[in-house]
Amino acid sequence: MKALVWHGKEDIRCDTVTDPEIQDPRDAIIKVTSCAICGSDLHLFHNFIPGMLPGDIMGHETMGEVVEVGSGVDGKLKKGDRIVVPFTIICGECDQCKRGNFSVCETTNRKRHLADKVFGHTTAGLFGYTHLTGGYPGGQAEYLRVPFADATHIKVPPGIPDEQLLFLSDIFPTGWQAAAQCDIEPTDTVAIWGCGPVGQMAIRSAILLGANQVIAIDCLPERLSMAEAGGATTINFETESVVERLQELTDGRGPEKCIDCVGMEAHVMPSLPDTLLDRAKQMVMAESDRPHVLREMIYVCRPGGIISVAGVYSGLSDMLPMGAFMNKGLTMRTGQTHVNRWTDDLLRRIEEGEIDPSFVITHTVPLAQGPEMYQVFRDKRDSCVKVVLKP
Amino acid sequence: MFHFSNIVRTKGDPKIVEGGPSLKQPADQLARALGWFSIGLGVVELFAPRRVTHTLGMEGHETLVRTFGVREIVAGIMSLSVDKNAGLWARVGGDGLDAAALLSGLTADNPKKGNIALALLMVGGIAVLDYRAAQDTKPQRPPRDARRKLYPNRSGFPKGIESARTAARQIAAHAKTNEVKQGDERRVP
Ligand SMILES: NC(=O)c1ccc[n+]([C@@H]2O[C@H](COP(=O)([O-])OP(=O)(O)OC[C@H]3O[C@@H](n4cnc5c(N)ncnc54)[C@H](O)[C@@H]3O)[C@@H](O)[C@H]2O)c1
Ligand SMILES: [Zn+2]
Ligand SMILES: [Zn+2]
Repeated sequence: MKALVWHGKEDIRCDTVTDPEIQDPRDAIIKVTSCAICGSDLHLFHNFIPGMLPGDIMGHETMGEVVEVGSGVDGKLKKGDRIVVPFTIICGECDQCKRGNFSVCETTNRKRHLADKVFGHTTAGLFGYTHLTGGYPGGQAEYLRVPFADATHIKVPPGIPDEQLLFLSDIFPTGWQAAAQCDIEPTDTVAIWGCGPVGQMAIRSAILLGANQVIAIDCLPERLSMAEAGGATTINFETESVVERLQELTDGRGPEKCIDCVGMEAHVMPSLPDTLLDRAKQMVMAESDRPHVLREMIYVCRPGGIISVAGVYSGLSDMLPMGAFMNKGLTMRTGQTHVNRWTDDLLRRIEEGEIDPSFVITHTVPLAQGPEMYQVFRDKRDSCVKVVLKP
Repeated sequence: MFHFSNIVRTKGDPKIVEGGPSLKQPADQLARALGWFSIGLGVVELFAPRRVTHTLGMEGHETLVRTFGVREIVAGIMSLSVDKNAGLWARVGGDGLDAAALLSGLTADNPKKGNIALALLMVGGIAVLDYRAAQDTKPQRPPRDARRKLYPNRSGFPKGIESARTAARQIAAHAKTNEVKQGDERRVP
């Protein structure tokens, strides 16, 4: 089959690989009908997250049709079922899964010895991500083996196009969780850093969760226009001071809730000297992340507020203002998304026409053009926001 | 001891049968080569500056050579990173500094001026490569004033934003349930 394969920094190719096979009774194989490129894939494209091997198949936003099931999947899935695959592989049985903390499932990371060492404890296995999270082949391919398939799936009905359902795999629940863990109250201002696909979903989620005011921050006009379309007031951090504008828009109080949808690769520019220093340290491996957004959020957040981090951080972040964080009594909530915790509710909202996540798609191309699209998405060429690939 | 180089792929996972084309350009390879060259030269300049000054008949300038070594290493690391373009331009600038320093040693009474001439020739050659590589790895990001498509109609709410906001008020109750599901003890008095 064809698949997008990681060969090294900035080198993803569309290779022919052997078809996946059932390896365990709980496996299923799906024929992929749609998959997408995520901002997290860019961190791997840049080799900023350690633990990739040349030959690894990329992709964790995937849906398709079940073509083969193992003997242990009994009844939960059958041939012909249409499923969206959550990017977090879950067993559904361990203590964390029972608590709904699916992204820290204790069973599914088959290389847990690595995660135990690096993170202190294992987290769930993830598709198309690093070997720290199991090194499972990803879904930017014609076929995908879904381990623990009896739990790791979201069944979706026929009649709704792929484009509306695909993002249940990751970015829609990710934006939703980012907003949900802010405990939004009707008087709250929610500020959202980053208007990429995750930020766009977080904006819509904050509106649906009843925020009084949503403010979105980015520097790309096309993404800011999309944020505005979704109900946000926007700030362009290249031309305005984020802190000043946020103070203005909240009568000096600061936003009660701050959401990071940027992560470890915050924009580097001379007017933000900390980003230059972070970039330099990152190059010599003295720091793994560029946490500019975290610093800004802690500084500007209203005392007693909540900081919700959806953006991915990989290792060590320097110079976080812990003094402000502690004295202002802030709360930080983070995490890879517990996808299946939210998807029943979100699927219902899509079915009822409350939201249509396909608004974010700007490019749909055949799988073979994937390698080029990594560059287009990374460089924000052609006003690209979200790329869907068709195998 | 745990080390990332010990990771192996799990048996049974798909293997490459036939490789597809790589988007890497010759300029990327050149940037890599120049990056490693830069680091190599930098290490020599940093740790064996006397050998350099001796070869060039420029004894007494060891500190300058050491500084240049640091510069070479920094530019080399940048040239190997995703920001290679900045690294290559730093190298082009560095080539200028190297040439200037060499020229200053090209005096009539320097017995090693032959070596300096040779070094100047080398710097010139490398500078051409640096410049070529820098030109060919220009970032593809559109300039800030480029015309872009805007998306003012993509609200994502098929029934409109106002209806979404209204629905939100009813849904507030639902959000509270999720909060409880998360095991959150926080209660507003
Ligand atoms: N927690 C999860 O489970 C989860 C899931 C999916 C993605 N993610 C992460 O979410 C992040 C965003 O993903 P995406 O797909 O939207 O990626 P993206 O790269 O398309 O979006 C990032 C956006 O942030 C903007 N940005 C950069 N610096 C900024 C700054 N200082 N202030 C404000 N905006 C800034 C960029 O211009 C860009 O539009 C990534 O780190 C990704 O890894 C997390
Ligand atoms: Zn993702
Ligand atoms: Zn589990």
